[in-house]
Amino acid sequence: MSIPRHLISIDDLDRAGIERILDRAESFAEVSGREIKKVPALRGRTVVNLFYEASTRTSSSFELAAKRLSADVVSIRSVGSSVDKGESLKDTVQTLSAYDPAALVIRSPHAGAAQLIVAWTSAAVINAGDGKHEHPTQALLDVFTLRRRLGALDGTNIWIVGDVLHSRVARSNILALSRMGATVTVCGPPTLIPRDIEALGCESTSTLDRLAEADVVYALRMQQERMRESFVPSLREYAVRYQIDVSHLRSGQLLMHPGPVNRGVELSAAAIDSPQALIGEQVKAGVVVRMAVLYELLAGTPVMAVAA
Amino acid sequence: MRRTLARIAHEIVEGNPDGAIALVGIHRRGAILARRLHALTGELLEDAVPLGFADISFYRDDLAIRASAPVVHATQLDFQIDGPPARTIVVVDDVLYTGRTVRAAIDEVFDYGRPARVQLAVLVDRGHRELPIRPDYVGKNLPTSQDQRVNVHVKEIDGSDEVTIGPANRPRRAAA
Repeated sequence: MSIPRHLISIDDLDRAGIERILDRAESFAEVSGREIKKVPALRGRTVVNLFYEASTRTSSSFELAAKRLSADVVSIRSVGSSVDKGESLKDTVQTLSAYDPAALVIRSPHAGAAQLIVAWTSAAVINAGDGKHEHPTQALLDVFTLRRRLGALDGTNIWIVGDVLHSRVARSNILALSRMGATVTVCGPPTLIPRDIEALGCESTSTLDRLAEADVVYALRMQQERMRESFVPSLREYAVRYQIDVSHLRSGQLLMHPGPVNRGVELSAAAIDSPQALIGEQVKAGVVVRMAVLYELLAGTPVMAVAA
Repeated sequence: MRRTLARIAHEIVEGNPDGAIALVGIHRRGAILARRLHALTGELLEDAVPLGFADISFYRDDLAIRASAPVVHATQLDFQIDGPPARTIVVVDDVLYTGRTVRAAIDEVFDYGRPARVQLAVLVDRGHRELPIRPDYVGKNLPTSQDQRVNVHVKEIDGSDEVTIGPANRPRRAAA
């Protein structure tokens, strides 16, 4: 078991590493239940959040996570920053690195951005979503949520339904869930299932016929902002064939979604609000899991990053 | 060890005539000892004594030089520290050495509330303090050198109750 220096992909973690982070997150869950929801673990360190893409959950939970660990936090969104004036990613990262951050959290519309900036900073880099590539902390909080509900994931069947093609959440989750012993099936219109997705260690199908086999149904958001061509005839037609409604869910089946939800597209309103939905718990897990990621990556590193 | 803990329990009860005490054991072996003291003091006071556990990982002062420690258990302090009645918190650990662990535990307790007093009970005091911390209740003073290691074994974790002194079997701090 080893905790990597950076968290770019779930591939950076073996099963023991994932379990280590989730166990740590359980300890932080206790901290979040206290009156004073703050511990001094990262006092004196700086965490920079650099968001080149819209985000509510991820950016707010990373910010809260760092604050609850007593780190100093700077959050930058591309809108309203010097990025608007045309500053390049490299210059922005190098500028922010001058403040000696211990960790740099980055969200970018471009796959590979997190990996790229590792070379430009001495901070630990955490990928908070890079284009269609990966979103490892989302997968960790999903596994955390499921583990709390189901115990071990060994042998569970998990279906990931919807726009797999544009989904970094799907990619990270396929890796994380299969590493934890689950069997993953992806389901969606053939145009939205990437070719050779099976290479990541999952099965694929294009109908909901066998959905009852699933212990967990993980619906994905239709990412219209990333669709440059038409992948489905219309959202309505997509909804007719692939929307998860309460009528699809057998009792005991759990429903997840990374948010934000397009109500009435990938999920019906009734499904979102059903007791089987874990969507609220996923959001709640976001803070404690990100606290655990920050803590584990930064433990054992000097307070002042030493320039190489 | 049983007799020693019984004596410490008596001393704790004597030292707190108002009986408004609570025990907080530091994970892991301090937690086991606190559990036993909890039973003993409860008998003496004929009243349940609140019991809590502290995982001090997030309060350590050596995060930068020590690889992250294994995950032990979450902190569990379910009772009202502020009271009423305002309680004396007795922090319980197995070995008192540099005092840094106790410092971290005290900090953690204060994040939960404002105790009336904080006292310290340890099974073994091995000396070499690096902070101005002294125990109120001591099982045994064991003069040691810093290249020795004091191991407290308890039935619940190690299968037997015993205290041994051996050579340090690993460097105390991982390389930075």
